Amino acid sequence: MNAILLSVIIFVSLGAFAATILYIIGKKFYVEENPLIGVVSDLLPGANCGGCGVPGCRAFAEVIVKQGSMAGLNCPPGGADTVQNIAKALGVEAVVEDPKIAVVCCSGSRANSPKKADYQGLQYCGFAHSLYTGEGGCPNGCLSLGSCVKACQFDAMYMDEETGLPVIIEEKCVGCDACVKACPRQIIELRLKGKKSRRIFVSCVNKQKGALAKKSCSVACIGCSKCQKICTFDAVTMQNNLAYIDYEKCKLCRKCVPECPTNAIHELNFPPRKVVEKTETVEN
Amino acid sequence: MNNRLIISGAPHVHSPENVNKIMWGVVVALLPAAFVAVYFFGFDALVTISVAVASCLFFEWAIQKYMLKITPTVTDGSAVITGLLLAFNLPSNLPIWMTVLGSLVAIGVAKMAFGGLGKNPFNPALVARCFLLISFPVAMTSWPKIIRPLFGEGLVASPDALTGATPLGYLVDGIGQNVPVSTLMQSDVVPSYFGMFLGAHGGSLGEISAIAILLGGLYMLWRRIITWQIPVAFIGSAFVFAFILNVVNPEIYISPLAHILTGGLMLGAIFMATDMVTSPMSPKGQLLFGLGCGVLTIIIRVWGAFPEGVSFAILIMNAFVPLIDKAFKPRVFGK
Amino acid sequence: MKTFKIGGVHPPEHKLKTEDPSITLDLPKQGTVFVNQHLGAPSQPIVAKGDKVKVGQLLTKNESFIGANVHSPFSGTVNKIDLVYDASGYRKEAIIIDVEGDEWLENIDRSEDVKREITLNKEEIIAKIKEMGVVGLGGACFPTQVKLMVPEGKTAECLVINGVECEPYLTDDYRLMMEKGEEILIGVSILQKALGVKKAYIGIENNKPKAIEHLTKLAETFEGIEVVQLKVMYPQGAEKQLIYSILKKEVPSGKLPIDIGCVVSNVATSFAAYEAVQKNKPLIERLVTVTGLHVEKVSNFKVRIGTPISMLLEAAGGVPENTGKVISGGPMMGKALLSLDTAVAKGTSALLLMDEKDSHRGEPVNCIRCAKCVEACPMGLEPYLLSALAENENFERLLDENVLDCIECGCCLYSCPSYRPLLDCLRVGKQKARVLQSKN
Repeated sequence: MNAILLSVIIFVSLGAFAATILYIIGKKFYVEENPLIGVVSDLLPGANCGGCGVPGCRAFAEVIVKQGSMAGLNCPPGGADTVQNIAKALGVEAVVEDPKIAVVCCSGSRANSPKKADYQGLQYCGFAHSLYTGEGGCPNGCLSLGSCVKACQFDAMYMDEETGLPVIIEEKCVGCDACVKACPRQIIELRLKGKKSRRIFVSCVNKQKGALAKKSCSVACIGCSKCQKICTFDAVTMQNNLAYIDYEKCKLCRKCVPECPTNAIHELNFPPRKVVEKTETVEN
Repeated sequence: MNNRLIISGAPHVHSPENVNKIMWGVVVALLPAAFVAVYFFGFDALVTISVAVASCLFFEWAIQKYMLKITPTVTDGSAVITGLLLAFNLPSNLPIWMTVLGSLVAIGVAKMAFGGLGKNPFNPALVARCFLLISFPVAMTSWPKIIRPLFGEGLVASPDALTGATPLGYLVDGIGQNVPVSTLMQSDVVPSYFGMFLGAHGGSLGEISAIAILLGGLYMLWRRIITWQIPVAFIGSAFVFAFILNVVNPEIYISPLAHILTGGLMLGAIFMATDMVTSPMSPKGQLLFGLGCGVLTIIIRVWGAFPEGVSFAILIMNAFVPLIDKAFKPRVFGK
Repeated sequence: MKTFKIGGVHPPEHKLKTEDPSITLDLPKQGTVFVNQHLGAPSQPIVAKGDKVKVGQLLTKNESFIGANVHSPFSGTVNKIDLVYDASGYRKEAIIIDVEGDEWLENIDRSEDVKREITLNKEEIIAKIKEMGVVGLGGACFPTQVKLMVPEGKTAECLVINGVECEPYLTDDYRLMMEKGEEILIGVSILQKALGVKKAYIGIENNKPKAIEHLTKLAETFEGIEVVQLKVMYPQGAEKQLIYSILKKEVPSGKLPIDIGCVVSNVATSFAAYEAVQKNKPLIERLVTVTGLHVEKVSNFKVRIGTPISMLLEAAGGVPENTGKVISGGPMMGKALLSLDTAVAKGTSALLLMDEKDSHRGEPVNCIRCAKCVEACPMGLEPYLLSALAENENFERLLDENVLDCIECGCCLYSCPSYRPLLDCLRVGKQKARVLQSKN
């Protein structure tokens, strides 16, 4: 009995002693901090993805509180809700940016751009980029080593084994920019998500002249400017033998898509074209 | 030429060395000691070795296949080494289930839990050995006597005395009871130095024969699997430290030769401390590592609770390896 | 015997058919001359489609400080200026010339006579070497005249000539030393005069005893040239290692050889300097080793720059069926070619064909901390650590660990028993760390 009592006393006093020390230290080393930082930080997704341009959510919260508003700042994974909630907490007007999504602008799959060599070594696109054009021979195309997939923290990408190209899972992509930065060839672009997630883009970044581009990839943009001529909204620009569709100007009319002789212009999430339209395309 | 060309960064040639060759090289180096063990301890030794190796292989295979879901790499030989080294650190009469449990600790806890080959901070066989020593102190320290002598050396087991102390255990015990060393050395439990060198005495099954271990060590040096730094620093520092103590008072400190020839110091210095994964990278760091092992071994043997200090000394020094690697870097050219 | 102290490896030498004299190849029907064949500022072509050119005529002019001219190795008509694969693995601008006859510019001395007397002065030599497009033929193609212009505040004390040919398989420098020994030594004297140094050392590894004997004998009649015998060890041809082997002096980390008064050049470069200065001949020819264990006719070919490599491969007995890799340069630092549809450039020292079974990289497994990479690194770095830091993108720490001292010799990857892509990681790390350094 005595032994039990003794051990209880010892442990209780030990606990009390430790608690006192903790309390004193907690008081003494207390760091004065704007409580808003904690509030804002709690509202952020906590993914630490870096999509806002600041390393980590806590650091981003500090930036927001210091600035006092969300102007010019955006949390891509959080989206409009997060921005509005933070603005509310700060008591300012919310500036909601239109959501963006990553788009892979290369269709140099194994079928379209057959392997001309086999790469062995470090599975890192940046290194392969410094060695050679890539297995398919396109100097601007996808190297198929998946550095973008490794960079994605939201499991929103995977490598398609058959095509050798990265695929973006639209529901999961938050537009954080990580894959864009990871790609040594600027194949991935953040584009406006668009109404019903509909997008039209040139799925090629090959800057070579048409004949050469076609040599390495059957669906390369050959810089023929047909899409530019047909576009009524001035959304298509030609540079370095390459067409680019400005997502701010594009009205998603889809006229350019059938016009492309190499099928380099892709449309996403549109309903299938009407049969009449299709026959027209063939006639053209 | 119809095949596609291969593209890779320079260099385009590779030395003939690879992990499998290194690991199987160590296995070959361990064989002489295994033969000696079977000679002195008979069938029991063979059973313990086989069980340890087989269970290590099985646990590695099972963990990789069913828990980590990766392609098993049991053919690389590293699990065989762990199994052999574990068996070498056990008495040959240990119950089989304890050997299997030791293998599970070695492979499961000390190796795979840290990420498999190359990631473990501590030598797996030693972790398992210490685990067994602390869990089953009696079974782990009832040493069988040898069953046949070699060149007339060695105290052979008789039907009424199958087990006995190791020479080192006997000496340390005796010193603890204030018996002078010179008297203890007269006992027939302690063989002559030549007997120690041959290994004709009781003990863990692989640690007894200095000559067999040295033979394996020379082979590894020749194959460039190990470097000379760790064994030399380990054995050298233990010898010098024991020598100083022995000079100070030869009646309470045993001779340096007895220290280095008994109690698994050779096995530890040549096979366990030199384990690539758990030893420092730079030559200077390796010297310091060996030095620490040697000094700690003697400290534990002379002033510690256990008669045997090699395992603990190496494990303690294993913990310092990251620090040693940070402090002892190779000299950068032009700096 | 002399060699360097830290690290190094000794791969199987495989120096095949070393005693066969070099073979001069016929002119191709069409030549492909790359516009940029040097390290430094890019050049622009000064000829256009349809232009008639003669051998020795300027094709590109480069006035930049670090730049080199390219001369026409052929006479004929410019067919087009096109993009062609070069050793970098990308298509680069090249001038395609339809070869017609072999008409040389009149002021080039084509005779085989050895001209020993150096009549030009220091400045004239440097100007001539620049004009003739001489670049370092050891592999990097660094414009030679830049090395000869010692920067303000620094003095050149000695010249170190690289005749070690430490890469396995290669024999072109050896053949050149055997066949053009006297010309090389005159070239060395020219470089000595340009630098104003009295002493020059030619380092040769002792697996080439005949070259050592030959050049030692010839050097007796030259002032201040000493042939130094070196123990075989890779990468002895790297300039810092070579200087250490010969002079036992270390180039400080982050510095150049000139900071300790040394200038390093190569035997083939010395020969090119001889031809430029004494014969007024631009750099339009070189020796190329075509080799490989399964190659039928291993040879050294004397070819015009711009000769399609298919011609060399054909002359060597064709590309065997089981070839897995074609390397431009040696096996330790050479570049794997993506396409055989390319041509000899100034820096093409060899074409190495590797058997398919020898061409594959091993499957990487976990690092077992064996320290073989640390042992092998000639710069005293820790490749296992650097590669891990590069993979974790810790570039600041990489700078602290002296990643920029890496000479990319490949000893780490060569010796790694786990087949880890150490050098691949290090190159990425170096590149990113350099960007970080330039930002700070």
